[in-house]
Amino acid sequence: MLKGARERRVRTGGIELCVAELGDAGQPTVVLVHGYPDSKEVWSEVAGRLAEHFHVVLYDVRGHGRSTAPKPLRGGFTLEKLTDDFLAVIDAVSPGRPVHLVGHDWGSVQSWEFVTVARTEGRIASFTSMSGPCLDHFGHWIDQRLRKPTPRRVGQLLGQGAKSWYVYALHTPVLPELAWRGPLGKRWPRILERVEKVPGGDYPTSSLPQDAAHGAWLYRDNVRARLRHPRPDAHAHAPVQLITPLDDAFLSERLYDDLDRWVPRLTRRTLPAKHWIPRTRPDQLTAWITEFVRSVEDGRPEPVKPTGKYADRFGGQLVLVTGAGSGIGRATAFAFAEAGARVIAVDRDAESAARTAELSRLIGAPEAWPETVDVSDEQAMEKLADKVATQYGVLDVLVNNAGIGLGGSFFDTTPEDWKKVLDVNLWGVIHGCRLFGRQMAERGQGGHIVNTASAAAYQPSKALPAYSTSKAAVLMLSECLRAELAGRGIGVSAICPGFVNTNITSTARFAGVDAEEEKRRQKRTARLYGLRNYPPEKVADAIRRAVVRNQAVVPVTPEARGAHLMSRFTPRALRAIARLEPPL
Amino acid sequence: MTTAWSGELSARLRGFREVQRLAYECAEAVAAQLRPGVTEREAARMQRAWLRERGVRDWFHLPFAWFGDRTAFVNFRVPLQFFPTDRRLEPGMPFILDMAPVLDGCTADIGYSGSLGANPVQERLMADLEAHRDLILREVRERRPLRTIYEDVDRLMVRQGYANRHRAYPFGVIAHKVDRVKQRRFSPHLFGFGAQSLKGLASDALHGHREGWSPLWSPYRFSDHPPRPGLWAVEPHLGFRGTGAKFEEILVVTDSGDPEESAFWLDDDLPHVRRWAKEM
Ligand SMILES: NC(=O)c1ccc[n+]([C@@H]2O[C@H](COP(=O)([O-])OP(=O)(O)OC[C@H]3O[C@@H](n4cnc5c(N)ncnc54)[C@H](O)[C@@H]3O)[C@@H](O)[C@H]2O)c1
Repeated sequence: MLKGARERRVRTGGIELCVAELGDAGQPTVVLVHGYPDSKEVWSEVAGRLAEHFHVVLYDVRGHGRSTAPKPLRGGFTLEKLTDDFLAVIDAVSPGRPVHLVGHDWGSVQSWEFVTVARTEGRIASFTSMSGPCLDHFGHWIDQRLRKPTPRRVGQLLGQGAKSWYVYALHTPVLPELAWRGPLGKRWPRILERVEKVPGGDYPTSSLPQDAAHGAWLYRDNVRARLRHPRPDAHAHAPVQLITPLDDAFLSERLYDDLDRWVPRLTRRTLPAKHWIPRTRPDQLTAWITEFVRSVEDGRPEPVKPTGKYADRFGGQLVLVTGAGSGIGRATAFAFAEAGARVIAVDRDAESAARTAELSRLIGAPEAWPETVDVSDEQAMEKLADKVATQYGVLDVLVNNAGIGLGGSFFDTTPEDWKKVLDVNLWGVIHGCRLFGRQMAERGQGGHIVNTASAAAYQPSKALPAYSTSKAAVLMLSECLRAELAGRGIGVSAICPGFVNTNITSTARFAGVDAEEEKRRQKRTARLYGLRNYPPEKVADAIRRAVVRNQAVVPVTPEARGAHLMSRFTPRALRAIARLEPPL
Repeated sequence: MTTAWSGELSARLRGFREVQRLAYECAEAVAAQLRPGVTEREAARMQRAWLRERGVRDWFHLPFAWFGDRTAFVNFRVPLQFFPTDRRLEPGMPFILDMAPVLDGCTADIGYSGSLGANPVQERLMADLEAHRDLILREVRERRPLRTIYEDVDRLMVRQGYANRHRAYPFGVIAHKVDRVKQRRFSPHLFGFGAQSLKGLASDALHGHREGWSPLWSPYRFSDHPPRPGLWAVEPHLGFRGTGAKFEEILVVTDSGDPEESAFWLDDDLPHVRRWAKEM
């Protein structure tokens, strides 16, 4: 099942566990614990990737996969017994050295037990938890909310309560077993694919009905007892990395609000995905686990602390920004750098791209690279896409931002002018979406594309016909692409700023006037934009937020928001404004 | 400078140079005493005490101290926010000390940037200030309008990736004139500024207004004139994502036809200049 795995069987407490190992046993050991209803194969994608750097160990939890089940089942799945199993496994595979523990779902629930009980102290170097809370913490969480039931807390209780329907269902006797061995077991793979967007293939395995039937005892043996009498001292004795998928149908984010109380060294990560992230987001998990394990192994006393906003979301992600040498693009590169992302700063101006990359590293980007490319150059963009894919990886966020300004009446605008502005403003975006968007889609693990349009995309003006046309096209392209990529978990956002104080005014072309007049107009617009003084940093914040919230169209600046409303409700008034002479 | 003319000039400048050096010495001494937990108020008091012990009785303005993101004037809206607060210094935090003592009628106005332990962003900002010191001197010698120089400094900052933080000062000034002040037995203060010095500035502003120049070097139209002879306290202030850095020192502008003599920094032996020389 797991390619290249070495298997062994570990005997403990009257049962036999099936244990698989990958990778170089001399490297730090990472133990992956699966959830319910699963077997160790849920980790196949992640395990293979981790094995390049680590000694990876997986085992089927008792009663699952190819491990044997306790007899009788009742009482055979208590957290105490699961801890015995874990210790037996690590004694066998890593006797002399503490292991890095990773758990998903029930695998995480039991791992919480492992890192919070005394008898494993010194055996666990770190713990990465996903989608499985500590039952004791959960018990306290409920208790607190019952004891001081403010409306918000009651809401949180009800919210999680509704998500836990299956937990109650599993407590009914016999019926779950019948369902799993019958129709549910058969349909489950389809349900996963449809509802949870888990790609098909060799997962789940044929042992599923059996795993699910046995695993019901995980709940019955532990949940009620622990929630009623949570341990008062369930403090983690190793650093913990908490990875929370934001669209989890079974667990509310709020569950982890009080976690700092129990975990002295906590690193939080979030990602926009559903429950089965080991299947749907293996690259991201591998990256985060690798970084976390490394930081602990290197003996950094404190795990990486998020600095900027949204560090939980963008830490370690790969972000490419075009037009990153100035204005909005540069501020955007910095905003992602502060959130711990790895940044590729693309600009046709080499020096300013280099500067952006350099400063990005100073403020939190673990890595940042400048790339000198003209986005309107198809071949250069193709080369860039190849280079990025081979050297840095598949992008998590792409920001198509490079753009140029062009003013002047329609009849003053020459075909040359048109070509230039469309080449950069529209074709640049098309190339970016085409090349990098395809890589994202092919990877199939989500991502986000942001295109910088403009308020000019919906605010007509007789002074900016070509520029506005290019931006309207970018807006529509973004909307169409959003529709196409929605099914693949890739978001697309169009950002529409109004007047932002950047260099664009000093480099904009004004059609139909001589060089001297053009200089004068550039200076004049620059002063006007300077007086307006809306900082590009605020646009960058809006871009970062648009990614987090997966917003479709984001007007920034009050005038852009106003015009956006007018375009919907009073388009005539907007058309009247379009006729005004700009104050140049 | 060996001519008789400049000899006389330098005699008159000696007092200014001495008080400027004293102020920078004070900054270095106080910076060396900063520890985690020290507040801005305490740092301001330390500067005041150090200079009082060395004979300073009057001030162009009382000492300031800014810690952390206050070095970049984050969210500053009203001038009162410039005054020292109870913000405490933490390891790695950037700080700026800014003081303007008057000694024997000569005024200094200096700014000293540092950090408690290593702060790579602030070190980078300090290194990048060198280009601004060069640019300002060069363009003043070229007799460009002050407003234009202001805009050129602005452009350089933007190219470097930084924000202009001197814009946060009253009138957004990058520099202001300083002069000799009469010595009085009492030196009253108005919002932290010495009454005598304010009087000087006000009378300059009045004269200047009639003659078409201003003692404030700003981005506005009233600075659309060539550099005016006199002493200018120049303070370019860079900001980057919540970290700020500046220097402040006196630029001497004369009416000499010789470019070298038409403008020069009062003193080249200052901490930031020495630092750049070492980095070369
Ligand atoms: N500033 C505004 O008021 C405003 C308003 C709405 C939309 N926008 C849009 O925001 C985007 C960023 O503009 P800005 O205001 O930051 O401008 P800017 O001029 O400050 O920055 C644009 C950057 O893009 C780079 N660039 C230009 N053409 C390129 C090309 N062909 N290939 C690679 N890089 C290229 C430039 O070198 C520059 O560094 C543009 O798409 C612009 O149309 C700006």
